[in-house]
Amino acid sequence: MKSLEELKAIREKMQGQIGIRSESSDQTRVVVGMATCGIASGARPVLTALSDAVQSKGLNNVSVTQTGCIGLCQFEPIVEVLEPGKDKVTYVKMTPEKAQEVVEQHLIRGHVVSKYTIAEVIG
Amino acid sequence: MYRSHVLVCGGTGCTSSGSVKIIESLQAEIKKNGLGTEVSVVQTGCHGLCALGPIVIIYPEATFYAMVTDEDIPEIVSEHLLKGRIVTRLLYKEMVTDDGIKSLNETDFYKKQHRIALRNCGVINPENIDEYIGTSGYEALGKVLTEYSPDQVVQTILDSGLRGRGGGGFPTGLKWKLAKANDADQKYVCCNADEGDPGAFMDRSVLEGDPHVVIEAMAIAGYAIGATQGYVYVRAEYPIAVERLEIAIKQAREYGLLGKNIFNSGFDFDVDIRLGAGAFVCGEETALMTSIEGNRGEPRPRPPFPAQKGLFQKPTILNNVETYANIPQIILNGAEWFSSMGTEKSKGTKVFALGGKINNTGLVEIPMGTTLREVIDEIGGGVPNGKKFKAAQTGGPSGGCIPAEHFDIKIDYDNLISIGSMMGSGGLIVMDEDNCMVDIAKFFLEFTVEESCGKCTPCRIGTKRLYEMLEKITEGNGTMEDLTKMEELCYYIKENALCGLGQTAPNPVLSTLHFFKDEYVAHVIDKKCPAGVCKSLLSFVIEADKCKGCTLCARVCPNGAIIGKVKEAHTIDLNKCIKCGACIEKCKFNAIFKK
Repeated sequence: MKSLEELKAIREKMQGQIGIRSESSDQTRVVVGMATCGIASGARPVLTALSDAVQSKGLNNVSVTQTGCIGLCQFEPIVEVLEPGKDKVTYVKMTPEKAQEVVEQHLIRGHVVSKYTIAEVIG
Repeated sequence: MYRSHVLVCGGTGCTSSGSVKIIESLQAEIKKNGLGTEVSVVQTGCHGLCALGPIVIIYPEATFYAMVTDEDIPEIVSEHLLKGRIVTRLLYKEMVTDDGIKSLNETDFYKKQHRIALRNCGVINPENIDEYIGTSGYEALGKVLTEYSPDQVVQTILDSGLRGRGGGGFPTGLKWKLAKANDADQKYVCCNADEGDPGAFMDRSVLEGDPHVVIEAMAIAGYAIGATQGYVYVRAEYPIAVERLEIAIKQAREYGLLGKNIFNSGFDFDVDIRLGAGAFVCGEETALMTSIEGNRGEPRPRPPFPAQKGLFQKPTILNNVETYANIPQIILNGAEWFSSMGTEKSKGTKVFALGGKINNTGLVEIPMGTTLREVIDEIGGGVPNGKKFKAAQTGGPSGGCIPAEHFDIKIDYDNLISIGSMMGSGGLIVMDEDNCMVDIAKFFLEFTVEESCGKCTPCRIGTKRLYEMLEKITEGNGTMEDLTKMEELCYYIKENALCGLGQTAPNPVLSTLHFFKDEYVAHVIDKKCPAGVCKSLLSFVIEADKCKGCTLCARVCPNGAIIGKVKEAHTIDLNKCIKCGACIEKCKFNAIFKK
């Protein structure tokens, strides 16, 4: 390595990955329901898709975690987005593709993807 | 990419309580559950809470599991990693509250800490240079090589107010300035990792948890003073630290962060390791350099100071591991950032190794000026078993005791010296009412007698005589005259010894004589050890009223000194009793006591 640019490139690549080890109260939390019902309906690929997208986009203020059953088993996989100071947004019947869209639209640009939210789907 | 990182402490403390096995089991169990591509297991350095090891932290939830055993692994993997359910029974108890789980940074142990030197310890994998770079590693080196002149580097360190963390507290910037001013064809940068104070292990922890920070800082120092070669002098008793440092040096060379023409700046620098054989005196700067040269590790008189004629007679700077660990952060954040922390003359933070009679044994980093009370009662969780705090010992065999009346002292270099102790390398040993201060002084003197290199008479013979007097007192044969003589001898040794080892060796005696004279007097006049430690002054007695004649004590006595029939009060044959205390531990009726 002979330049600061090369150092910077490694740093930026690693920051997304190490960012997962930070702990701050102003983080956005993305929570995936991972009880038996969630896993059975395909929550695991959703979780990994979210986690990969968040890290590859370098979203250090977002943490992707799991939780248990929320009680709406027929709507699993369920993903909740909790932003500090805002109302909780609950996405239902998620897929990895839908998760990508949520990262792009909601987490990066700040637009809630209404068509996947519980309010829209249940009506 | 991994969605979850499982951090397992691989420091010496957790390794000795089985963390290597835990890593293996975690990896096997994760694979078994098909999570190999989702969850990464990372071996890190020390988190500080050594008393609760082995420690496992799972991110992104930042769940802190304490005292994890091999049997707990399947549950952690199937519950936490597979289903996202935190295994509450394994959580660090402090984190569990009535309202749920609080974050680790809000626990008493971490709340008041400010980690600069330890910032990466327990967070990154020390054997992966990319992780260090990911936390802004080598950015400071890049910055000084491309933007700063050597003078600017020296000035930044001077302005920061950083002082040597190894004990003496000499301003680091000034040391660099002096070495820079001396012209020579070759200069050296040395790192003192010969951490010898009993109870201190922060340097080991930095080398084990974040070895690259030391390499980076040494390169910065080399650029500042005009040196191209560095040596890390580390004790061979630190095998994990040595191994990780070797890996780190190899990786830095591969990346071109050590070697020729670093960052195309024309600056060359390399680092090599020299292993110390564990002599305490080799932590003294002149002895350390003599040892690197391949000679017997003995100190020599100063001047000339190392900045003039150091290693191989060339201008040399020698800083401690913890001092170096602060340097890159000072460069990146500025001298003002660093000097805004701490007290008037002691800036920044200091790492302390908490040991002795304290609940949270471990490593803590606090801003200078934090009170002893905060460190012991809040961060350290206080003295266990409801015992009363008697004193804290800082500075190891060179330091002194801080008694309860100074519990609210703000910890910094000058305050500690003003009450006859010293910062030292940061060992902080807590003593309660069951510790005998004469015995403590004797313990440290025994250590210095062992470790005195023998080159100068005041230290070689003086400390031995001092030890003999202490021995005489603890055996109940001391006189008041001995106390006067002892004090006189202390001052004589301090004034005449050649190096820091001898000059500070009497401190434990002087400080205990000053604050706990009544305990010495009790040994001399009353022939009693108030804390019940000095065996010659004790006798063990069974209280007949309380003894139920259960025979348990008679059975555990290794010397057959307890006599008595079943269901009848027992007695101790004082001629046979070796005062080991095994009977007291076993007695269920508290019928046996020392007097």
